[in-house]
Amino acid sequence: MSEPTSTDPISTAPPGTGRIGVRKTYKLFIGGAFPRSESGRSYVVNDAKGRFVANASQASRKDVRDAVGAARKAFGAWSERTPYNRGQILYRVAEMLEGRRAQFVDELRAAGQAKSAASTEVDQAVDRWVWYAGWADKLGAVVGSANPVAGPFFNFSTPEPTGVVGVIAPDSPLLGLVSVVAPAIVSGNTCVVVAAEPAPLPAITLAEVLATSDLPGGVVNLLTGRRAELAPWLASHMDVDALDLAGIVSGGAELEEAAAGNLKRVIRPGSGDWSEEPGTARMTAFLETKTVWHPVGV
Amino acid sequence: MDFEYAPAPESRAVVDIRPSYGLFIGGEWTDGSGGDRRKTIDPATEEPLAEFVVATAADVDRAVAAARAAHDRVWGPMPGRERAKYLYRIARIIQERSRELAVLESIDNGKPIRESRDVDLPLVAAHFFYNAGWADKLGHAGFGPDPRPLGVAAQVIPWNFPLLMLAWKIAPALACGNTVVLKPAETTPLTALAFAEICRQAELPPGVVNIVTGAGETGRALVAHDGVDKVAFTGSTDVGRQIARTVAGTRKRLTLELGGKAANIVYDDAALDQAVEGVVNGIFFNQGHVCCAGSRLLVQESIADELLGRLRTRMATLRVGDPLDKNTDVGAINSAEQLDRITALSEAGELEGAERWSPPCELPERGFWFAPTLFTGVAQSHRIAREEIFGPVLSVLTFRTPAEAVEKANNTPYGLSAGVWTEKGSRVLWTAERLRAGVVWANTFNKFDPASPFGGYKESGFGREGGRHGLEAYLDV
Amino acid sequence: MPNQVVTQTGFGCFVSEPRVGDAGGVSTETLTGARPSGAELRAFLHGLPGVDQVGADERAARLATRSIKTSAKAQAIDMAISMVDLTTLEGADTPGKVRALCAKGARPDPSDPGVPRVAAICVYPDLVGVAVEALQGTGVGVASVATAFPSGRAPMEAKLADTRAAVEAGATEIDMVIDRGAFLAGDYLTVYEQIAATKAACGAAHLKVIFETGELATYDNVRRASWLAMRAGADFIKTSTGKISPAATLPVTLVMLEAVRDFRDRTGRQVGVKPAGGIRTTKDAIKYLVLVNETAGPDWLSPAWFRLGASSVLNDLLMQRRKLATGVYSGPDHFTKD
Repeated sequence: MSEPTSTDPISTAPPGTGRIGVRKTYKLFIGGAFPRSESGRSYVVNDAKGRFVANASQASRKDVRDAVGAARKAFGAWSERTPYNRGQILYRVAEMLEGRRAQFVDELRAAGQAKSAASTEVDQAVDRWVWYAGWADKLGAVVGSANPVAGPFFNFSTPEPTGVVGVIAPDSPLLGLVSVVAPAIVSGNTCVVVAAEPAPLPAITLAEVLATSDLPGGVVNLLTGRRAELAPWLASHMDVDALDLAGIVSGGAELEEAAAGNLKRVIRPGSGDWSEEPGTARMTAFLETKTVWHPVGV
Repeated sequence: MDFEYAPAPESRAVVDIRPSYGLFIGGEWTDGSGGDRRKTIDPATEEPLAEFVVATAADVDRAVAAARAAHDRVWGPMPGRERAKYLYRIARIIQERSRELAVLESIDNGKPIRESRDVDLPLVAAHFFYNAGWADKLGHAGFGPDPRPLGVAAQVIPWNFPLLMLAWKIAPALACGNTVVLKPAETTPLTALAFAEICRQAELPPGVVNIVTGAGETGRALVAHDGVDKVAFTGSTDVGRQIARTVAGTRKRLTLELGGKAANIVYDDAALDQAVEGVVNGIFFNQGHVCCAGSRLLVQESIADELLGRLRTRMATLRVGDPLDKNTDVGAINSAEQLDRITALSEAGELEGAERWSPPCELPERGFWFAPTLFTGVAQSHRIAREEIFGPVLSVLTFRTPAEAVEKANNTPYGLSAGVWTEKGSRVLWTAERLRAGVVWANTFNKFDPASPFGGYKESGFGREGGRHGLEAYLDV
Repeated sequence: MPNQVVTQTGFGCFVSEPRVGDAGGVSTETLTGARPSGAELRAFLHGLPGVDQVGADERAARLATRSIKTSAKAQAIDMAISMVDLTTLEGADTPGKVRALCAKGARPDPSDPGVPRVAAICVYPDLVGVAVEALQGTGVGVASVATAFPSGRAPMEAKLADTRAAVEAGATEIDMVIDRGAFLAGDYLTVYEQIAATKAACGAAHLKVIFETGELATYDNVRRASWLAMRAGADFIKTSTGKISPAATLPVTLVMLEAVRDFRDRTGRQVGVKPAGGIRTTKDAIKYLVLVNETAGPDWLSPAWFRLGASSVLNDLLMQRRKLATGVYSGPDHFTKD
């Protein structure tokens, strides 16, 4: 292990103070716990100038499997929380993120962003949680309906979460990540996320935020590692209900084909500007419409 | 006193079936380029009805080109209020020709005239009428102020509700400003071909609706065609999967309405006589050729004997036979192939140890028939509890508690529909909330309406047809 | 495919599988004789499975689409004629009017002796004697409404006296009205006891119990009233007086037919059903026969077990009958107005 350099923005040990900094071990986030990859593998994460920052866990297909298991286990209870409660928890995430602004700014700078850009991205990430938090108890009213059928029936449609969503997060290490995770979980889905490959560390730090925000374990599971290795396992997994390919640059067709095995709902890869207001599309993509009929009589 | 109903056949004279049909492309009847033709038969008699063209890839190409031209030059630019008027016209013509179309549907499909007359045709007209009204109101549908159509829609439909599935596909597509190339099923092309004539009577601009007949190859060519922007398919989950793979990596939008294995849950406090009706309607409607059929009866063990007794009595009053007899409740199985599948799965049910029962009933010598069948003592692990039979075969399982009912109901890769019967309101909602299915019929079953979204969870497909939600499949949102 | 009577196996329901919260343990003897307590009766009636209105309406409407043609129609018309309780219940009824009606009932179509006679002539108690005399030797029964018909709002002694008078005058069938007020107030025992007392007063005469379903309002009430009346000894259950709208409807009759079917399954005793009021056309009458055939079953398709309370329907049945026989549409003046 190399010594931290004096310019290491994440180092907690200023040079010459004599105190050796206590570093963070970046691990995976599965079922509310922070395990290492079952494979025992890790990969080096450098900063933009090529200097060592940390060893990130390199998740394996078995980690994908475990994460999907955790997400499935968490789905029932999370989807049955009241929308108000989910909204409060997402807002709590924003609060926790705000409280750790500096740490995220540092991590984004390590990933190569200028200070002001990093600061703006963290602000936007906080605001995005707030934005989605507010959707929790409004989505049903906006996309649900009472349907005027031609007969003595009360007929209504409500949105329900699809289930377990596999997310290949985009390269934007924090704002992009938040922009794909928040819309998936706000409606009651749980997810397994493959973090941005080049800059995975903010994802794990975000996991620490999630773990301290009353978000039940397993609702968000974060894996770091090789997209090309992990994405096909997620795409083909028969207990994953939907797939967001936001971070896929090439090979999207193969993943979509694999996703057809159990007819996953798929958001195709697309180049997005994550700083724009996102609209509802990422939420509605992972909603099912349930329509209930009941007779009206005495 | 025995009261025998004399035969009450609906007249076939109202329909005029041509000996052979071409393809309807660009508003004209055209011959296929391949010369290959097939026959469609009356499944109740096995008599051939007409020949139709098996469209080739080149024919599909022509149809897509015609649809593209119509979209770009006429239908796309046309104001919504004008598109609406064409759809209203079509709805009215369908109402005017309703009896003819009902008879034609029953002859080609085998379904009882009572159903084609009282269910299919009224719904077909209603779907056009309903969607017509959307055409100039799309900006109010919640998809932005000026949602745009996708372009050319490739639509492949099944044989169980031939004209109704056509309506579910074509009406919203046209309302949203798309043009379509539709392929009806190879065993039931006739009402789609009659619909082509209706388009001409309505003076719909050429190319807005194109009908290409054929079998699997034609369908594959259509969904794989580079010129289509949208693929909509109703049919089996296996074919749906193939289509999803074909469309993967393209810009094409996809909606799929696939198979099902719906649970119909009857609690011990249900209104029993109506529950029995609902169970019967759930599985014997349209010979059980219904993707959302209530093919698994989950009955609370404490009332199982009573319910099954009533169910058997009721099943004995079902009248099986001539689809054109106005008193027929259960008509003909649509094809020899489908009859083979139903027969094979029923035999598997017996081999696996379930107890099989049918009321005594004489089936006609010719044609494809299957008596209404009840399997009791079915376990979750039996094939007849897991696989879609798509026939008049009901598998009965029991449960002890509401949680067990929901667990069993959801324990399937499908998720299209479900039923729940209880007189207790809170239990209705508790159960409906937990059922992973796109349509939940509570104290009713197999109800359809153009204003009501329909479609599945899980491997029953994605996307909705009907209602405001149904528009999303045909808009660029 | 034949509509067969299915054997009783599999109907162990009520006996072997008591429903939670109802009087599931009630024995056959209790159901057919012993006087219940108010609490038991209430628990029993409220423990009956509910009736979903929309589902019942739907079932009745679907059966109404049955197409009864040619030979089946001929059979149905004669069956319907033989089931008619030809009725006059007017304040202005006179002996002359009743005699005319009796003549019609005994021989509905003077030009065609093949036409069956009606089941009974139904009159007020004070005119029973006239009807009995006029119908002597015809085989047509004499039915009389009693118990302060149609409201039933009279002291019990008066209602029983009304009944006894009709029976003594020769009525073979008594059509009583239940106390709807007591029923709607939940006082089922009073209703039960009044039916039982009237039954006792009837002696050998058959008792038809009128619910006035238009006032009971819900199908759940119709089902409860059906079981209540059958337990109290009714020979027939009847929808309506004809004085309240709605009178007989197909779904109400459906619910009552289900009740008599279930009652026989449980007790072995068969009870008849009589829709009354609002049945005006052959088409209406045939819909009821289809309902009987496919709900209670063919065992009920006889005048002993099913009646149509009506008057104007008879001429329409006769007109349709002649049309079938001659192939020519007939006119009203070719049939007697009585």
